[in-house]
Amino acid sequence: MNWNNFIFRELFRRKAKLVTSGLAIILGIAVIVAITTITTYSEKAISKELDALGANVLILPPSVSIGDYYSADLQGGELPEEYVTLLTTSNIEGVENLSPKLSSPIHVKGNRVVMTGILPKNEFQNKTSWQGAGVFSRPKICGTKSDVFNLNQTTPKETLTRKRVIETIAPNEVLVGHDIAQKLKLQEGNEIAMLEKPFKIVAVLPRTGTIDDSRIFAHLHTVQALTNRGEVVSAIEVVGCCKQVSKGLIGKISALLPETNVITISQIVATQVKTNELMRNLSLLFLVVIILMGGASIANDMYNNVFERRKEIGTLVALGASSRTILKIILNKALVLGILGGLGGYVLGTIFALILGPFIAGISVFPVFYLFFVAVGISVCIAMIASYFPARYASKLDPCTSLRDT
Amino acid sequence: MLKVNKISKIYTKNNNPVKAIDNVSLEISPGDFVSLMGPSGSGKSSLLLMLGGMLKPSLGEVIIDGHSLYDLNPEKLSAFRLEKIGFVFQTFNLIPYLTALQNVQIPLLLKGMSSKQQIEKATALLEKVGLLDRMHHEPAELSIGQQQRVALARMLANDPSIILADEPTGNLDSAMSAHVMQFLGELNQEGRTVVMVTHDNNVAAHAKRRLTLVNGALEE
Repeated sequence: MNWNNFIFRELFRRKAKLVTSGLAIILGIAVIVAITTITTYSEKAISKELDALGANVLILPPSVSIGDYYSADLQGGELPEEYVTLLTTSNIEGVENLSPKLSSPIHVKGNRVVMTGILPKNEFQNKTSWQGAGVFSRPKICGTKSDVFNLNQTTPKETLTRKRVIETIAPNEVLVGHDIAQKLKLQEGNEIAMLEKPFKIVAVLPRTGTIDDSRIFAHLHTVQALTNRGEVVSAIEVVGCCKQVSKGLIGKISALLPETNVITISQIVATQVKTNELMRNLSLLFLVVIILMGGASIANDMYNNVFERRKEIGTLVALGASSRTILKIILNKALVLGILGGLGGYVLGTIFALILGPFIAGISVFPVFYLFFVAVGISVCIAMIASYFPARYASKLDPCTSLRDT
Repeated sequence: MLKVNKISKIYTKNNNPVKAIDNVSLEISPGDFVSLMGPSGSGKSSLLLMLGGMLKPSLGEVIIDGHSLYDLNPEKLSAFRLEKIGFVFQTFNLIPYLTALQNVQIPLLLKGMSSKQQIEKATALLEKVGLLDRMHHEPAELSIGQQQRVALARMLANDPSIILADEPTGNLDSAMSAHVMQFLGELNQEGRTVVMVTHDNNVAAHAKRRLTLVNGALEE
């Protein structure tokens, strides 16, 4: 026999007490685990949605207001192309991707299409002065992206619709939106004439469900030259980090480019960030509640347990147990309670999250394994701290009184 | 040698000092068998607990084998008790959720023995008290007499040289009492010192030396 056998025999002898002792802590931990699990997957879902959506900030000429996010650059008005340089070399945090656009409606084979000039990322790479500062040297701080502009990777041209940036595009090359390609029966490798100039189709973009499906994308400088509009752009798309957007990225861009209208999908971002923050704050609230209630419950149960077992403690002392041994027995019992409470709380909380996640957040939720260690850690700390004074009380019990009282 | 040197125990009750033990001195030679009698509340159990290092006297000292018990620090006193002293209680004080075997294992566990050694020794002790067939039973599944025998086996686990028994037959019928007294007699014959508190003259008659406590003072 060892002391663990001794503790387990005592614990499982009083199963009902074991359950009531652990209930407060199990429920508290379960709520924290459930909230954190749902929040984790909610954040992942937000990140994924924003990633799929592409840009979440638009820089437009001051006269332009936003009606449809994806067609905002078609309302006329221009911005100097040098604003792109200003943004890229600034110290503003949270700009993950940047895509200047110049759009102009044209006719191709008798159909009205939007020709949009974009700046491929090799243009950014060519400007070496941009790479040593600004967005290129910033730490990765949020989102799922690991490479600003994906400068270190080659990416297929089809990613334009998602990443809002492509690697290269030659002056005589175009990318065609899904709908317009279908309508005009265009395929990769075909040639197409626009504003009396021949272009080669290097890719047909996947369907996005936006006006981009009706666009034809060419090099920004090609569009500038074809439309005789000089070094201007209609809009600059920015993929802003979700957290930074809520922390004032828009204000910073507005301050840097005062002669512009900076618009964000603020409602989506702000609401989702707010919900996550609310959930996080709720977790903290529950943490405080569990520390107070769970701790008080365990301390109370431990005091009662020590009081009920004082004859047993007196006997152990008579048999030669030192006060340190008594302290160890009670604290080890608290450790076992803490581990069981953490384990139970993790399992229950994960089950709550799996069931409630789709209803509360409309997302699929899966177990978050690192939370097991967090749950057990919190539970063990609370149980040990709450049991310390009852354990000390037990170790200082007068064995004579204990033996006589009972 | 167990030596008690002018010990007194004073309790405070309703702000009034009450002398439970009054200036008692006593010497008990190794291998002696002493019975301690006296009316209820005379201080017998207090004196026994003081001899066992469980109750510090208000005045005086208890010396066992040259060690003044209450001058030892708590850890050393526990170790000393584990090494030298065996207690037998009137109510047996078995741990209710442990089996007979596990109850006997406790002093061995406290000594730091391995599980295998604990089981071997505890089994041998239960065999000695005739409870080999009940070793996996919990106290509630044993008769009163069997419980006392488990308590005796547990007391013997640390092979004590001094046995302190507080009314060891108080809860037993006459047949079982005789059996326990015979057992204590055998332990005494092995050379162990036995100090036994009792209020039963027949039980006290088994002792070599009879002491009586009256109002906290000792009479031989």
